[in-house]
Amino acid sequence: MIEKLRGLGAWGLQALLRLGRAHVLLLAMLRGFVDILRRPRLLVEQLFSVGVLTILIISVAGLFVGMVLGLQGYYILSRFGGETALGLMVAASLVRELGPVLTALLFAGRAGSALTAEIGLMKATEQLSGLEMMAVNPQYRVLAPRFLAGLISVPLLAAMFSVLGVAGGWMVGGGMLGVDQAAFWNGMQEGIDFEDDVINGVIKSLVFGLVCTWIAIFQGYDCVPTSEGVSRATTRTVVHSSLAVLGLDFVLTALMFGE
Amino acid sequence: MTENPKNAADDILVRIRGLRFLRGERAIFDGLDIDIPRGKVTAIMGPSGTGKTTLLKLIGGQLRPHAGSIEFDGQNVHALSTAELYELRMRMGMLFQSGALLTDMSVFDNVAFPLREHTRLSESMIRKLVLLKLEAVGLRGARDLMPAELSGGMARRVALARAIALDPMMIMYDEPFTGQDPISMGVLVQLIRRLNDAARISSVVVSHDVAETLRIADLVYVISDGKVVESGTPQQLAESGGEWTRQFIQGLPDGPVPFHYAAAALSDDLLGGAA
Repeated sequence: MIEKLRGLGAWGLQALLRLGRAHVLLLAMLRGFVDILRRPRLLVEQLFSVGVLTILIISVAGLFVGMVLGLQGYYILSRFGGETALGLMVAASLVRELGPVLTALLFAGRAGSALTAEIGLMKATEQLSGLEMMAVNPQYRVLAPRFLAGLISVPLLAAMFSVLGVAGGWMVGGGMLGVDQAAFWNGMQEGIDFEDDVINGVIKSLVFGLVCTWIAIFQGYDCVPTSEGVSRATTRTVVHSSLAVLGLDFVLTALMFGE
Repeated sequence: MTENPKNAADDILVRIRGLRFLRGERAIFDGLDIDIPRGKVTAIMGPSGTGKTTLLKLIGGQLRPHAGSIEFDGQNVHALSTAELYELRMRMGMLFQSGALLTDMSVFDNVAFPLREHTRLSESMIRKLVLLKLEAVGLRGARDLMPAELSGGMARRVALARAIALDPMMIMYDEPFTGQDPISMGVLVQLIRRLNDAARISSVVVSHDVAETLRIADLVYVISDGKVVESGTPQQLAESGGEWTRQFIQGLPDGPVPFHYAAAALSDDLLGGAA
C-alpha cells in the first residue's frame, strides 16, 4: 500500500515537474519572438514547413467534410422541407466547430508530429547541445520561430478548411442535389454572425494552434534522446494534442455560446 | 578571442575543485580536482560510463554540479548569468562525438553559422574565413556537400572547422576517435595537435582510445569512480606502478576492474534452480 502511494506521489511530482518545464519553455519561446523580429527569414522558413506543407491535407479534408455535411444536411433538412437552410447549416458547423477542431487535429497529426520528431532528433544528434556550446540559444533560434509559425498557421489553415468546406457543401447541395443556390447563399449570409461565429471560430483556432504547437515543441525538446524516446514523444504529441483540442473545444464552446 | 586580463598570467585555464555531480542516487563525480593548463593538450581518460562527456558538459555550463566549482579563465562557470555564460561559451569550442552538424545546412553554412550569429562581418569576409577554416581541416573542396553526404571522419573535421570559427581559447573534444577508420583517426590526431600548437589553443580531449590519446597529450588525467586515479605525462603513466592505470593503459581484461560483473558463485547459480 505504502509502495503504491509512494509510486503515485513520484508520478505526481514528475507530472508537475514536466508541467513546470513546459511553462518555462513557453515563456522562453515568447521571449524569443523579439529575436525573430531581427531575423524574419527564420519565421518564413518555418511558415513554409509548418503551414504551407499542411495546406494539401487541410484542403482535401475541408472539401470532403463539406461535401459530407452537404449530403447529410440535405437528407435531414429535406424531411422537413428545410433544404434552403443547408447553406447556413454547413457554414455554421464549419465556422463554429469543425473548421477549428478538425484543422487542429489534422495539424497535430501532420505538422505537430513532424515538429516533435525534428526537434527530438536534433536533441538526439546533439544539434541542440551544439548550438548551446556555440553560444546560440536553441530556444530562441530553433523553437521560437516554429512556435510562432504554428500560431500564425493554424487560424489561416482553419479559415481555408472552412472556405473549402462551404465550397464542398455547395457543390453537393447546389450542384448535385438541386438546392436553390440563392437560398443556399442567402441563408448563410443572414444566419452567420461575424462576431459570434467567425471571430469566435478564429479565437478557437488561435487557442488550438497555441496548444498544439506548444505540446509538439515541448515533447520534442523534453524527450529522451533515443530513437525510442523520439518515437514515444511523437505519439504523445498526437494523443495529448487531440485530447487537449477536444477538451478545450468544449470549454470554449460553453464560454462563447452559452447563455 | 579576448582573455580575461586578471587571469592572463595564470597558467591554469580551467580549474575544477571538489566537483560533485549525481545522476539520481549515483555519484558520477565525488570530489574531483583537475587543472587544465593553457596551451597544452590535456587528455581525460577512463572507461566508458565514468562521466567523461558529463565533465565536458559541466565545464561548458550545460549541467550544474551538486557541489564544488569550475573556473574557466578565472570565472566561476556556474555563478554566471545566462547572458554571461553565453558570452563565456564564445571563448570555448566543442567537438561532439556525433559532430552535431546542423543537418539542414551545407558544410559551408555550418562553418559560417557561428560567424553569422556572433559577428557583423560582411558575407565576403565570412566566405574567406570559412574557406580558410575548411582548408585547415582539409575539406575546402567539400564546402557544398550536405552533412548526410559526409563520412563520420569528415563530419568531425567539419565540426572542428566550425568549433575554431570564432578562434576560441579552448576546444573540448568528446571522444574524437571513436568509430574512426585508421586514416581518419590519423588525420584527427594530427589535426588536434597541429591546431593546438599553431593557434595556441588549449585542448581537452576526452577519450578511451589509449594509444591515439597518449600520442598527442601533454598531460593525462585518468578518472574512475568519480575521482582522479592518476595524472601525469603520457610517459609517467606508461611507467606507472598503479594496478588500475596499468590495466587501463595496457587494456588487460582482468584486474582491479574485474572481468566478471558482480554475481553469486557460478556453482550456486547452476545448482540453485530457476532464478
